[in-house]
Amino acid sequence: MIPAIPNLLSLTTFFPLFGAVVIMILRAMARKDDEAVIAKNAKWISLWTTLITLVLSVVMVAGFNRATPGYQFEEHYQWFGPISYHMGVDGISILFVLLTAFLMPLCILASWDSIKERITEYMIAFLLLETLVIGVFTSLDLFLFYIFFEGGLVPMFLIIGIWGGKDRIYASYKFFLYTLLGSVLMLAAMLYMVSTAGTADIPTLSHFAFAREVQPFLWFAFFASFAVKMPMWPVHTWLPDAHVQAPTAGSVMLAGILLKLGGYGFIRFNLPMFPYASEMFAPLVMVLSVIAIVVTSLIAFRQTDIKKLIAYSSVAHMGFVTMGIFAGNALGVQGAVYQMISHGVISGALFLCVGVVYDRWHTREIAFYGGLTKLMPHYAFVFLLFTMANVGLPGTSGFIGEITTMTGAYKWGTWVAFVATTGVIFSAVYALTLYKRVMFGEVHNAELKKYPDLSVREIIIFTPLILGTIALGVYPAFVFDITTASVDAVVATYQTVIGG
Amino acid sequence: MLSDMSTVVTLAVFAPIVGAAIVGGFGRWLGNIPSQAITTGLLFVACALSWFTFIQHTWGGMEDFTVTVLPFINIGTFHSAWSIRIDALSSTMLIVVTSVSSLVHLYSWGYMSEDPSRPRFFAYLSLFTFAMLMLVTAADFMQLFFGWEGVGLASYLLIGFWFQKESASSAAIKAFVVNRVGDFGFALGIMTVYWQFGTINFHELFPMIAAHQGQTWEFLGQSFSALDLAAFLLFIGAMGKSAQFFLHTWLPDAMEGPTPVSALIHAATMVTAGVYMVCLLSPLFEYAPVAKMIVAYIGAITAIFAASIGFTQNDIKRVIAYSTCSQLGYMFFAAGVGAYQAAMFHLFTHAFFKALLFLGAGSVIHGMHHEQDMRKMGGLWKYLPITYGVMTIGTIAITGLGIPETQFGFAGFFSKDAIIESAWAAHNTPQGMFAFCMGIAAALLTSFYSWRLIAMTFHGKKHWEHNEAHGHDHHHEVIDGHDASEPAHDDHGHDDHHGHGHDHKPHESPWVMLVPICLLAVGAVFAGVGFAPYFIGEHAQEFWGHAIFTGPTNHIMHEAHEIEEMWVKLAPLAVTLLGMLLAWYYYIARPNLPKQMAAKDGPVYNFLYHKWYFDEVYQATFVKLTKILGDFFWKVLDIKIIDNLGPNGAAWTALKSAKNLVKTQTGYVYHYAFAMFLGVVGLLTYVFWLVH
Repeated sequence: MIPAIPNLLSLTTFFPLFGAVVIMILRAMARKDDEAVIAKNAKWISLWTTLITLVLSVVMVAGFNRATPGYQFEEHYQWFGPISYHMGVDGISILFVLLTAFLMPLCILASWDSIKERITEYMIAFLLLETLVIGVFTSLDLFLFYIFFEGGLVPMFLIIGIWGGKDRIYASYKFFLYTLLGSVLMLAAMLYMVSTAGTADIPTLSHFAFAREVQPFLWFAFFASFAVKMPMWPVHTWLPDAHVQAPTAGSVMLAGILLKLGGYGFIRFNLPMFPYASEMFAPLVMVLSVIAIVVTSLIAFRQTDIKKLIAYSSVAHMGFVTMGIFAGNALGVQGAVYQMISHGVISGALFLCVGVVYDRWHTREIAFYGGLTKLMPHYAFVFLLFTMANVGLPGTSGFIGEITTMTGAYKWGTWVAFVATTGVIFSAVYALTLYKRVMFGEVHNAELKKYPDLSVREIIIFTPLILGTIALGVYPAFVFDITTASVDAVVATYQTVIGG
Repeated sequence: MLSDMSTVVTLAVFAPIVGAAIVGGFGRWLGNIPSQAITTGLLFVACALSWFTFIQHTWGGMEDFTVTVLPFINIGTFHSAWSIRIDALSSTMLIVVTSVSSLVHLYSWGYMSEDPSRPRFFAYLSLFTFAMLMLVTAADFMQLFFGWEGVGLASYLLIGFWFQKESASSAAIKAFVVNRVGDFGFALGIMTVYWQFGTINFHELFPMIAAHQGQTWEFLGQSFSALDLAAFLLFIGAMGKSAQFFLHTWLPDAMEGPTPVSALIHAATMVTAGVYMVCLLSPLFEYAPVAKMIVAYIGAITAIFAASIGFTQNDIKRVIAYSTCSQLGYMFFAAGVGAYQAAMFHLFTHAFFKALLFLGAGSVIHGMHHEQDMRKMGGLWKYLPITYGVMTIGTIAITGLGIPETQFGFAGFFSKDAIIESAWAAHNTPQGMFAFCMGIAAALLTSFYSWRLIAMTFHGKKHWEHNEAHGHDHHHEVIDGHDASEPAHDDHGHDDHHGHGHDHKPHESPWVMLVPICLLAVGAVFAGVGFAPYFIGEHAQEFWGHAIFTGPTNHIMHEAHEIEEMWVKLAPLAVTLLGMLLAWYYYIARPNLPKQMAAKDGPVYNFLYHKWYFDEVYQATFVKLTKILGDFFWKVLDIKIIDNLGPNGAAWTALKSAKNLVKTQTGYVYHYAFAMFLGVVGLLTYVFWLVH
C-alpha cells in the first residue's frame, strides 16, 4: 500500500516553490564571484526538486481512487467570507498535474547547457511556474484559481522576455494584450458569481444553477479568457510569435501545459456551470474549432520557420480539443482530455526536437537544413516518431485524441466531423513536408556536418517522451481509466440539464 | 487445442515486430548479417506458423476464433481491443503476407547486398509485415485502422528509403498523403458505422446489419441510405490503399522504393488491403447495393485505365505497377458484382505472380547494373536465363493463359477467368455488363503490355551493348560528380553504384535472389489449380465458412459456374492470344513500329504516355490551391487582418508612444503584474464589502 502523505496536494503544489526559495537563499549566501558554482547548484537543485515533485504526483496518481467522480486529496481551510483555501483533484485535473510534473524535469534538462545567462533566475522562474501551474489544476476556489491562473503567466512572460529571441518584447506584448482582455472579463464574471452564489467554492458553483439569462454573459467572459489560452482561432496570433521567441523549455511549457489551461477551464467552468450557454454557443465553438483545424494547418504548410510551423500545428490540434469538449458527449470530452495530455507530450517533444538543432546551429530556418538523417540517425528516428505522432498515426497517442474527438463531434454534427477529418490530410502534408525538408535529401550545407548526433543528455530527455507517446497510443486506458468517472459525471450533468 | 492455436497465431503475428524492434534498435551494433538473419529468420517462423494455422483451419477442422491480447480504446460503447481474429479470410491473408514477405526478406539479402543501411531496410520490411498482419487479423475497426495506417507508414519509409533522392522522398510523401485522402473517407465511415450501430466490433456489427436495411441517415444535411453511405465512405479508404481510379497516382511513383519493396508492399500485400477490406465487410456491402455498384464501376474503370497506361510506359517497374493497379481493379469489380470469393482468389494468385514479376524485374535491374528503362535492354534471355524463365512463367500466369473447361492453366487463368465469368453472370445489371466489357478489354491490354515487357527486355536487339560505351561513361560522370561533393560515396542512397569496376555485361542474379523467385514461380503455376476448388469451387462453402457473407439474392458465384455461352468462356483466351500476337508483331517482328508511333507524338499516345495527365491536373488544382490558401490565410488573414485589427492596431501604437514607461526590458511584465494586482485588490475589496 502507498503510505498516505498528509497534505499531499499542497506539498506537490508548493514543493517547486520551496526549491526556488532554497536556490534564492543559497544565492544570497554565496559570494558574488561564485557565479559558476551558484549556477551549477541552481541547476541540480531544480532538477532534484522537479524530480521529487514528479514522484509526489506519481504517488498521488497511484493513490487515486479511479471509481469515484468526486474530488480527492481535498484540503479545505476557511479564509474569510466566501473565500477559502480549497484544494483537490479529480480524474481530469490529476492528469494535468502529472503532465506538468512529467515535463518539468525534461525542461530543466533541456536548458542545462543551452541557457548561458542568468541561470539561477531562469531556474527560479521555472520552479515558480511549476507551482503556479499545478496550482491552477489543484485549486477548487475561484479566488485561488484566479491567482494561480493569472500568476502563472508572469514567469512565462519573464522566460520569454529575458531569455527569448530577438523580437521577444513584441512577442510578450502580444501575449499580454490578448491575455489581459480575457482576464478582465473573467474577473468581472467571477465577481458576479461570488456575489450571486455567496461562495467561491468551485464544486459548489458547479451545481449552482445560474439563471438562464445571465449564463451567456458569464459563459462568454470565461470563454474570452480560455479561448486566448487555447488558443482558438482568431485569437491565436500571439502563439506563433511567443513560441518563436521563447527558449526551448519555454516553448515546451507553453505548448505542453499553458495551452491546456484553456481546455481545462472549459471543462471545469463553462460546461458544468453554464450548460445552457454552452449549448447555445456550441455552434460558434464548433465553427471556430474547424476553422482552426483547417486554416492553421494550411498556414503551417507555408511556414519557413520550424518553430512557427509547429506552433501553428498546435493551434490546429487544440481545435480538436474545443470541438470535443463542446460536442458534449462522453467520446468528445474524454477525447478532448486525452488529446490535451497527448498533445502535451507530443508538442513538448517536437519543440525539444527543434531545440536540438537550434542549440547546434542557432537557426530555425527550414531552408538551412536538409539531409540530417544521414548525419544524425538517432535524431532522425526521434523526430520521425514525433512527426508521426503529430500526424495522428495509430499506435501513437496522437491518434486516440483525434479519432475520439472526431467521433464525438460526428454525433453533434456531421459537418463538423467532416471538416475536422480533412485535418488528417493537411497535418500529413505540413508535417511530412517539414520532415522531408529538414531530414531528407543530400546534405547541401557543410555547416551541418559540424555537430554530432544526439548527446546522452538529449537521449535521456527523449526516452520518457517516446515511451509515453507509444504507451499512451497502444494502451490509452492509462488515461481513460483515470478520467472516465469524472468526465462521465460532467457529461451526464450537462446532458441532463440541456436535455431536460 | 484452441489455447495452443492462440499461442501459434500470436507468435505468428508478433514475430515480425520483435525482429523489427531488435534490428531497428540495435542493427547498427549487430551488424548486417545478424540483422538480416534475425528478421528473415523470424519471418520464416511466422510463415511456418501461418501455414500451420491455414492448414488447421482448412483441413484440420479448426473453428474460427479470436484471441484478445489487450484492451485498446474503451469509452462507453466504443469498444476496441488488440486482437487476432482467425477465419478463412484472415488465415488466407496470413499465408499470403508471410510467404511473400519471407521470400522478399531472403531475396533482399542479395538485392540489397551493397546498400549501407541494410539493418534499417530489414527492420522496415519486418515492421511492414507486422502492420499488415495486424490489419488482416483485426477484430474491430480501430485495429484495422491501426494496421491500415501502419502499413502506410512502412510504405512511406520504404518508398523514401533512399532518402537522399529528391524523387524518392517526394514519392514517399505523395503515397502517404494520397492514402490519407482515402483514410479521410475511411475514418468518416468508421464514425458512421459507430453511430449507426453503436459498435465498431465486427462480430457484434455483422449480425445487426440486415435489420438496418432501408434506414436513412443524415449526413452533411442530406438524407442517405444508411448502409450505402457507410459502405461508400469505407470504400474511399480502400480506393486510397489499393490505388483505384482518382487515388491511384501514388502507386507508380512508389516505384522509387527498392524493388523488393515494390514486390512485397506495392504488389502482393498492402495494395490488396482494400480488396480484403471490402470482402471482410461483405455483410455490409451485400446490403449496400449502391455502394457495391460504385465499387464495380471504379474497379472496372481502374482495370482498363491502368492497363491503357501500362502499354506506353518504358520503365520496367512502372509497367508492372500499372499492371498491379489494373489487376486490383479486377478484384474490385469482382467484389462489386458480389463475387467476393473470386476477388479473394485473384488476390491470392496475384500475390504470387505479381511478386514474381517484380522480383524478376529486380533481378533484371540488378543484372543490368540498375538500368530500369526497357528501351535500353533487349536480348537478355541469354544472360539471365533463369530470370527469363520465371518471368515468362509470371507473364503466362498474369495473362491467364489456360485451356478453358480443363484444369490446364497457370494461376491467373483460374482466378481471372472466374472474375470475368462472374461479371458476365451479372451482365443483366449495367455495372455487370460494363465490368465484363472492361474486363475483356483490359485482358487484351494486359496480355499486350506483359508480353511487350518480355519482348523489350529479353528479346530483340541488345540495346545495352549499343549504348554501353556512352551510357557507361555517363554513369561514371554522375558517380564522380557525387564523389566530389560527397566524400562518403559508399553511403550514397541510390543503388546505382552497384557493379562498378566489375564486368559490365548483364549477369544472372545470385542464388539467394533466384531461389525466392523460383518458389514464387511454383506458386504462380500451381496456386490456381491447387486452390480453385477451395476458393471458388466445390469446397468453397465450407472453406469460407462465415468469413464471407453473400446476401440471400446473391447467386453470382453459382451463376458464374453455370454459364452456358461458350464465347464468354473463350473470349478471355482469345483476347489474351491476340494481345500476345500483337506484342510479338510490334516488338519482335517489327520493332521499329513502336518507335515510329512514339516519335509521331500523337494525342492518344501522349495522353496515355502522360498517364491521362492526372498528376498535372492534381498539381494544378489541389496542390496549387493548398499553397494559395495557406499563403492567403497566413499573410492576409493572420497578419494583415487579425493582427492589424488586434494587437498591432491602436493599442500597440499607444504603447509605442508611451515608450518611456517601458524602460526596462521587462517593462510589460510590470504592466501585467500591475493589472493582475489591481484585479486581486478589486476582488478582495469586493469580497470584504460582501462579507460586511
